[in-house]
Amino acid sequence: MPQIFAYIAHKDGAAEDSALEMVAAAKKIDPDASVSAVVTGSGADLDKVCQDIAASYSEVLKVDNEVLSYPNAEIVRKALVNILPKGSIVLLPHDTFGMDLGPGLSIKNDSAFVADVVGFEGIDGNILKIVRQEYSGQVSTHVTCDISAGVVLNIRPGVFAADESKSAGGSVVDKSGDAGDLSVTRTFLEIVEAEAGDVDITKSDVLVSIGRGIEDEDNIEIAQELAEAMGADVSCSRPIVDSKWMEKSRQVGTSGQTVKPKVYLAMGISGSFQHLGGIKGSPYIIAVNKNSKAPIFQVADIGIITDILDFIPELTDAIKEL
Amino acid sequence: MEILVCVKRVPDTSENEIEVNSSGSDIERDDLVYSVNEWDNYAVEEAIQIVENAGSGSVTVVTIGDDESEEILRREMAMGANNGLLLSDDAFENSDGKGIATILKAAVDKGNYDLILTGAQAEGGAAQVGGMLAAMLDLPYASLVNKIDIGDSKLKVGREIEGGNQEMNDISMPCVLSIQTGINEPRYVGIRGIRKVASVDIPVMSASDLGIDASAVGEAGAKVKRVDYFVPDLGDGAEMLEGSTEEIIGKLIELLKANGGL
Ligand SMILES: Cc1cc2nc3c(=O)[nH]c(=O)nc-3n(C[C@H](O)[C@H](O)[C@H](O)COP(=O)(O)OP(=O)(O)OC[C@H]3O[C@@H](n4cnc5c(N)ncnc54)[C@H](O)[C@@H]3O)c2cc1C
Ligand SMILES: Nc1ncnc2c1ncn2[C@@H]1O[C@H](COP(=O)(O)O)[C@@H](O)[C@H]1O
Repeated sequence: MPQIFAYIAHKDGAAEDSALEMVAAAKKIDPDASVSAVVTGSGADLDKVCQDIAASYSEVLKVDNEVLSYPNAEIVRKALVNILPKGSIVLLPHDTFGMDLGPGLSIKNDSAFVADVVGFEGIDGNILKIVRQEYSGQVSTHVTCDISAGVVLNIRPGVFAADESKSAGGSVVDKSGDAGDLSVTRTFLEIVEAEAGDVDITKSDVLVSIGRGIEDEDNIEIAQELAEAMGADVSCSRPIVDSKWMEKSRQVGTSGQTVKPKVYLAMGISGSFQHLGGIKGSPYIIAVNKNSKAPIFQVADIGIITDILDFIPELTDAIKEL
Repeated sequence: MEILVCVKRVPDTSENEIEVNSSGSDIERDDLVYSVNEWDNYAVEEAIQIVENAGSGSVTVVTIGDDESEEILRREMAMGANNGLLLSDDAFENSDGKGIATILKAAVDKGNYDLILTGAQAEGGAAQVGGMLAAMLDLPYASLVNKIDIGDSKLKVGREIEGGNQEMNDISMPCVLSIQTGINEPRYVGIRGIRKVASVDIPVMSASDLGIDASAVGEAGAKVKRVDYFVPDLGDGAEMLEGSTEEIIGKLIELLKANGGL
């Protein structure tokens, strides 16, 4: 069994949620695995993360270098290629950083790569059996992966329940000297924060949220009328913003806002993990979709199979009559 | 500026409900409507705009697929891409991401490109080919790009990260970028545009034309293999409201009142 390493994403001295989820994911690959963490960064923040994480990992490899103070995937990749033994299993979060790093790392390690892993179904010799999804979660697949030369696995955030046992009692090993040449062809400049909009949907109690099922810009009006009748705000999925039909500040999801309403009406939204990742606090979710197999029905409390273009105006009228 | 854009023909999820076939060997392919992968269409638009603004250069769209994949190359040429290139060979079938990147690398090596664009991801949600291709070519890479400013030998690119924040980077050329949706507004392609390019010759290259060892790609070279499709058993799911629209709305209003929605 190759050694398992998890890359620890962290910010302001605190490890991200994925850190403990990856311990859980590693145990699904091999319940007896002793899992190592790799933490890159610089200074006091890095040391704090290493100390915290040592409770959950049997070994913490620390790479301290000024150029790693911002996690530029190109630099992190170089460090990992030099530090990790050949043939390792490397776990990364399947987020915007993991997408930037994982595929290229697998090539440089000469190992396999599997993105957006949602489950493990055992290992047989060198063959790891993995569960994935395709078409924004509309169908699931089993894939096999030959890990004889190692593998990089990008793990979907939020699917493996965090392992809170914190009983690993690991030690921190300073690997900074082994990181090698960390020069770059891509230089990080700055973060430009997303602009605030006219309404702050993160504070809304009730959201009428529309997706690609709204079909046309002109139809957005019916959602606005429903929201007005309910005293709710209108939010949306990413394609609505991509089409420039609504402002970015109205987008719910990992690359938009994280909302925590009491009630969330998902109108013509399929329920991709990036969309659902922006809904927190277990709201009461009502999904209206004309496809009975839409993944949103797996997470919603209430489902209605119908055409939103007919349904929304009728609901609005009924609410107005109350 | 010579730009190569990698594009893929995929089932259009806004036109189809994707279902597993009865044996679980594939999705139900009958009556599927196909189109160009959404992310790739933004990438082609971006490439066309870059060349238009520079006043020189060309855009080549490339795909790995069968004869039917030619239609998306023509569609993107109707948008304004100058050249199409179809990479097609039985040996390419069932390639994993690394196989796809290996084939694309061979095509890149035959040309002389300043910039190579891919979509951020395709229908499998892997988001892998761009990063693999860049690493194989030993070129700099940035994923999820939603802004490109052209400098002399450098680009300034914005990557869209969590929360919709933008991570700005300088990146040297040539390089590979994966493009995120929303970076631009892809132009409309009308029937007339498609007709104009209907008879343009699109070269086809096979494994041997590309100098690819057939055992390194396709099923033979794949370390990652899809075994089956299935519908997961995820427990109860939502309580479905049924009946006439009036009944459904009546029940829904009660539920909204009970749960703080009204
Ligand atoms: C890095 C990254 C970040 C992302 N971040 C986000 C994010 O923050 N937020 C986000 O939302 N997405 C995000 N996405 C995109 C995400 O993967 C999906 O593509 C997107 O969420 C799909 O939006 P949708 O559900 O509206 O559209 P679709 O998936 O196209 O679903 C439309 C749904 O509407 C239904 N429908 C169609 N017509 C009707 C009708 N008339 N009546 C009823 N139902 C109808 C269909 O059955 C379908 O289920 C991100 C993707 C990437 C790669
Ligand atoms: N068969 C293919 N032909 C050409 N380009 C492809 C192909 N498959 C994937 N790509 C490119 O790789 C990107 C990412 O796809 P993926 O890694 O499969 O999610 C796509 O948006 C395309 O630009």
